[in-house]
Amino acid sequence: MKEIVVLSGKGGTGKTSIVGSFAVLSQRKVLADCDVDAADLHLLLNPKVKERHEFWSGQVAFIDSERCTQCGLCQDMCHAAAITDFKVDTISCEGCGLCYHLCPADAIIMKDRLSGHWFISDTRYGQLVHARLGIAQENSGKLVALVRQQARQIAEKNGLDCIISDGPPGIGCPVISSLSGANLALLVTEPTLSGMHDLDRIVSVCRHFGVPAMVCINKYDINESNTRQIEDYCGANKIDVVSRIPFDNTVTEALVHGLPVVEYSDGRVSQAINSLWQRISQGYDNMNR
Amino acid sequence: MIISVASGKGGTGKTLVATSLAYTLGKTGAVQLLDCDVEEPNDHIFMKPSITSREEICITIPQLKEDRCTHCGKCAEVCAYNAIAVLSERVLIFPELCHGCGACIYLCPEKALEEGKKKIGVVESGSSDGIRFTHGRLAIGEMMSPAVIKAVKTRATNDGAVIIDVPPGTSCPVVEAIRGSDFCLLVTEPTPFGLNDLALAVETARILDIPCGVVLNRAGVGNEGVKEYCQKENIPILLTIPLEMEIARLYSRGITLAEGEPQWQSEFAALFNKIEEMVHERNRRTER
Repeated sequence: MKEIVVLSGKGGTGKTSIVGSFAVLSQRKVLADCDVDAADLHLLLNPKVKERHEFWSGQVAFIDSERCTQCGLCQDMCHAAAITDFKVDTISCEGCGLCYHLCPADAIIMKDRLSGHWFISDTRYGQLVHARLGIAQENSGKLVALVRQQARQIAEKNGLDCIISDGPPGIGCPVISSLSGANLALLVTEPTLSGMHDLDRIVSVCRHFGVPAMVCINKYDINESNTRQIEDYCGANKIDVVSRIPFDNTVTEALVHGLPVVEYSDGRVSQAINSLWQRISQGYDNMNR
Repeated sequence: MIISVASGKGGTGKTLVATSLAYTLGKTGAVQLLDCDVEEPNDHIFMKPSITSREEICITIPQLKEDRCTHCGKCAEVCAYNAIAVLSERVLIFPELCHGCGACIYLCPEKALEEGKKKIGVVESGSSDGIRFTHGRLAIGEMMSPAVIKAVKTRATNDGAVIIDVPPGTSCPVVEAIRGSDFCLLVTEPTPFGLNDLALAVETARILDIPCGVVLNRAGVGNEGVKEYCQKENIPILLTIPLEMEIARLYSRGITLAEGEPQWQSEFAALFNKIEEMVHERNRRTER
């Protein structure tokens, strides 16, 4: 089984539109939306939720005001500065439990935290594992790990060949959790100085975790000289540039209709994504040999 | 006045709005730009600041004094992040899981753990045409972006407007970046993705009790969903930027809109005035 994760560093380069199209083009796969902070893949795949689960993760401190002697030790020691006036700010509390262990009056109670939900859904293109981290919650990395683990279980149980994951932007905790142990990262970039700067950072992260990367340049015609620079950069770093996708409003139109772009149109963007998927599946087969 | 520029969804134009706002305000008064998107900081590309100070950001991690350790296991028991494992004759510390809370250090009965440092990023400050500039960079492979964001925010001064460029998303890095702001400017695009993530960003701002307004970027494509949502939720759309190839090209070359098309400066100045009015109005109401 192979696991392909689509990342970008910079947000808004087109990860989800591309994964939505891969959902249509690929066979025998499970889809995973690893952007648990701001998940959007469901807007293209129209999932019917089959299973809904709570995601309990970490703890949060509460102070029992009847037992509290207001000694102030917890406030002084909290590294998150989450306690003021003998009350815990549950958004700031990181659940480390130091206050619980230190309180001389045993006035602090640690409660489990409901941090979000995760789902297994049916779509027209196969099963989708997705999640919703609660607003302002922590542990997005753990929820991503859970989504990937569930996707792997579904793939194993049904003898499917491949997991395609839509990753989050950035290079931090949820990105590392989406990437580590994956077989291939497709990095979607755009020919802007920001896109190029962020590509370099995500390439370093892929290298750090030993995951092979391929690059796709989206909206390549916004700035063709930057596109050539990206190609030179990739050449120097021995990374295949597997596709150039033109800028086209069809992508937005498809999104407004709630459809992956390859289903909505057979124009130039769809053709580019089609050959991109061919390159990736071939590239993957070569890698396995 | 602290204004954070956020969005939920990535790539909607936060950096464009934050840098253009800072650029415009810098023409007439004191302004400071803090790039808190420490995973992928981009404001420096547009502001080209000369960096005058650089500080490494570390978190506190436990360091073992082997001769004092009795392998009692207390540190592993109290660690909420599974960052320590105690074997019969060894203690394993996993720094990448450590949140730096210090519980193990304080609670070790033998005082066998002391404070060590682990570098997780850098914060750099400087200026660009009179605009004071600070950004943070999370080191490759590190997870604890909120600690770097916190360090960037300590550089905020009371002198003039402070613009904060916020990372995408709705979880802990976003909360760390926007906490304490007077206003949250949410940049979105008129698409179902933009709308879905705008609604999440609005919820995040509301949890922190920060008033918000919207900048609608790439107007002209997509649908009316964002406008309808804003009307229903009573959130003002303070600025609309059209989808234009020329704006996209300027951005691609690292030139912010207010610099490349100076006629936009009056729009960004008006945006700031509207925000200022909304914040003052709110402050008057809470004082009453």
